[in-house]
Amino acid sequence: MTAPILDKPPTSPAERAAQRRQKRAAAYAEAASLGWKVWVAKIVMLGIIDALAVYAILVLVGQGQWLVPLIIGVVAVVVNVIYLRPGMLPAKYLTPGLIFLFIFQIFVVLFSAYIAFTNYGTGHNSTKEDAVNALLLQSQTRVENSPIYPVSVLERAGDFFLLATDPKTNQVYVGGENRPLEKVAHPEMSGDTATGAPGYRTLSFGEIAQNQDAIGNLSVPLTKDPNDGYLKTTDGSNAYVFLSTLKWDPKADTMTDTKTGTVYYDNGHGSFQAKDGQKLEVGWSVWVGFENFVRAFSDQSIRGPFFAVLVWTFAFAILSVGTTFILGLFLAIVFNDPRMKSKKYYRVVMILPYAFPAFLSALVWAGLFNTDFGFINQVLLGGASIPWLTDPWLAKFAILFTNLWLGFPYMFLVCTGALQSLPEDVVEAGRMDGASVWQIFRHLKFPLLLVAVAPLLISSFAFNFNNFNLIYMMTNGGPQFADASINAGATDLLISMVYKVAFVGANRDYGLASAFSIIIFLLVAGISWLGFRQTKVLEELN
Amino acid sequence: MKVNKKGALGLLALVAASAVALTACSGGTAANKPTSSGSLTVWVDANRAAAMKDVAAEFQKEKGVKVNLVIKDYGKIQQDFTAQVPTGKGPDITIGGHDWIGGFVKNGVVAPVELGSKSGDFEKIAIQAVTYDGKQYGLPYAIENIAIMRNTALAPNPTPSTYDEMISAGKASGAKYPFLIGLDAANGDPYHTYPFQTSFGSAVFAQNSDGSYDASKLTIGDDAGKNFAKWLGQQGAAGIFKPGLTGDLAKAAFNAGESPYFITGPWNVPDAQAKGIKIAIDPIPSAGGQAARPFAGVQAFFVSSKSKNKLLANEFLVNYIGTEKVQTELYKAGGRPPALTSAFTAAQSDPIIAGFAKVGADAVPMPSIPQMGAVWDDWGKSEVAIMKGGEAVSTWQTMTTNIQGKVAAG
Repeated sequence: MTAPILDKPPTSPAERAAQRRQKRAAAYAEAASLGWKVWVAKIVMLGIIDALAVYAILVLVGQGQWLVPLIIGVVAVVVNVIYLRPGMLPAKYLTPGLIFLFIFQIFVVLFSAYIAFTNYGTGHNSTKEDAVNALLLQSQTRVENSPIYPVSVLERAGDFFLLATDPKTNQVYVGGENRPLEKVAHPEMSGDTATGAPGYRTLSFGEIAQNQDAIGNLSVPLTKDPNDGYLKTTDGSNAYVFLSTLKWDPKADTMTDTKTGTVYYDNGHGSFQAKDGQKLEVGWSVWVGFENFVRAFSDQSIRGPFFAVLVWTFAFAILSVGTTFILGLFLAIVFNDPRMKSKKYYRVVMILPYAFPAFLSALVWAGLFNTDFGFINQVLLGGASIPWLTDPWLAKFAILFTNLWLGFPYMFLVCTGALQSLPEDVVEAGRMDGASVWQIFRHLKFPLLLVAVAPLLISSFAFNFNNFNLIYMMTNGGPQFADASINAGATDLLISMVYKVAFVGANRDYGLASAFSIIIFLLVAGISWLGFRQTKVLEELN
Repeated sequence: MKVNKKGALGLLALVAASAVALTACSGGTAANKPTSSGSLTVWVDANRAAAMKDVAAEFQKEKGVKVNLVIKDYGKIQQDFTAQVPTGKGPDITIGGHDWIGGFVKNGVVAPVELGSKSGDFEKIAIQAVTYDGKQYGLPYAIENIAIMRNTALAPNPTPSTYDEMISAGKASGAKYPFLIGLDAANGDPYHTYPFQTSFGSAVFAQNSDGSYDASKLTIGDDAGKNFAKWLGQQGAAGIFKPGLTGDLAKAAFNAGESPYFITGPWNVPDAQAKGIKIAIDPIPSAGGQAARPFAGVQAFFVSSKSKNKLLANEFLVNYIGTEKVQTELYKAGGRPPALTSAFTAAQSDPIIAGFAKVGADAVPMPSIPQMGAVWDDWGKSEVAIMKGGEAVSTWQTMTTNIQGKVAAG
């Protein structure tokens, strides 16, 4: 800052105003001299961002989308305003991070939540338009034993026509959309097949490839009677006689089966349904409100396994934290005793299970627990055949045991650290007052330790609550519940159950899985909030 | 915003920079405009990518159509295809297993392929497998099924034709295991036990005349099925069928020369040969008196229902992938017998392939109806329960009732 050095403090208001002007002019001059390079860089960067935004908007609008380009446009305008206006310094720093936060976090969460209110899943995979198209595609059946017509694609005044040669009679026909086949008197022939007709232009393969959609959708009625079928080409050189069994009426919003006359109506639930309750196989994804949540709690074949899994998830998380903490703490106290020799080496050995990747350990333990060939049954128990991973209760035990193995070193480390930072004078005072070893631990060491460790116990609880890897690698949630309509088993945690409902098996139900994941979020958030509120109480000890 | 000189200058500069950048962008897109004949996007797995590259190059040379090969992890294709086709960004063609067809049709992501006069050129089982609801939904290129892999050093004679004779021959050979079958302690493995089940005359669903399955006729719970269940219980009690012996353990045991007979597919041939085991492929012996018919899995190419290039896709599949040259190349890349009859016949010169093909002639296509998803789970778990000494007939009955309920519900 090169503020003018004042000889004496200004007195009159006029002088003060002149000084302010001087200061401001100096500041401008400085900003201009030092910052022009930065300013140019800023303009170039903004230019690139704006160009990308404009380009993206043009492309997306070209594809007929509106919401995303609108968002991009608004964001681009906001960014320009923030970086071109002087001031707004915090916004200048925060904007990039906020944009990424929205794209990668908020949007994903909102989208998952949105899915929970739809019936997106197997059989409801896309939009209604797609479902109608797929149904019409699937309902086209080639008339059995009908001849294969060699065809050429012709064009006249922008419309496409098929030039077909009857393979039996060598008679040549031409026809187009809604124009039944008619005989051609003087076709251009090459061998037995016609290649052109007077008044039409024959398309080359390249031209056919460019107009595939129109040519592929071209259906030429054989005769005036639609029930005789129509010619369609699948590759531009051969045509087959097809009959469609479904008719789509966009005005009435119905599908009609031309064979049986059954009419299928949109049932408002993402399917075409007939009066007798029969549904067409392909449906589409629609908004169903709270139905997935209601199903999760009311349908017995979902509710039963869901609550069993819920209870087990809590049991697993609490027992995992409890057992690992108790073992870790016990070992930490033992190895913290000053009379213990070569503590360093013992500690290294203690940390080993923590050093192996948990994925691998879980797989190895799954092998060790194998009923017929596992080390535990074969060697330790002399050839017993205990179904460690296939009996519901034993599998739960095996999972807990493995997690104890995986988790105690962490607790050991944490407790060792906490113990070493305990103030010695408190323990000393306790001893002077004649407290026993147990009393010192129970009333002095342990509460002080908890102050440091409690938040870690809560985070460990949250981690184990969603310990997907261990379950997936060891039992994959098995043994399966026999009476469940969803894919879940006795050792499934909520998270692995959600994964299985969404991505495993033939019936994938993304809507239900998203609803489950919202329920899980509410549970974990609630527990964490309660837990941290409790730890405040502990902190008052200090 | 106060418009001062600097602000105006800034805006001007911004507009100029945007214009420059935009022209740069648009210049780029002009260069990437599709050429006159369009292009196809094809998903393949890494094994078959090399063979497909040559086909793609040839197609481009002859038709001027560029084929973009996207190499995907085979295990992810089914899920990704189902999810991406509706977005309009999916491929035109993908590779896959025929048992996915049911799900693809239900989700409306696959278009029928009209083979026309060519359907007679393929092995019957391959056409049966890709047929769903009377229409062909893919172009088959390979067939795979399981058979008996025999260690010729331990069992020099061909595998006997009945199961009991095979077990006694296996015991006589002095090997650790008389016979190996890879199972799974939790979920069982009905795929590998199915040939024995069919030898009792039991099947999951009734088959229609065209080889497709009728989901309304669940036949697994009939008397033949119960006879198989009893037999399975006996094998479990005798310790020959061990649920804890997984596919990996069974393979390791066979490759260590611990058993003369191993029921498995072509995928385990290379490893056994690499371990120096001399092998022969034999038909599966019958346990229940009838022919032992394994499942046949057919690999195929599918066309997306939202493809904008359906004509090109059909042309590429029917007139290029469906030729003997390409089918043979794909067979050499994957080691599975080709689906096109002429290529299939040529591949018989390899005794291993001929062995699998001989068994495949009796195979039944793996059901591709979506209802099959409800079957596998209960089926495998019940088989495990029976092998572990559960009451065979009642367990089988409960399983049938469960499956019936799930098929009706889903």
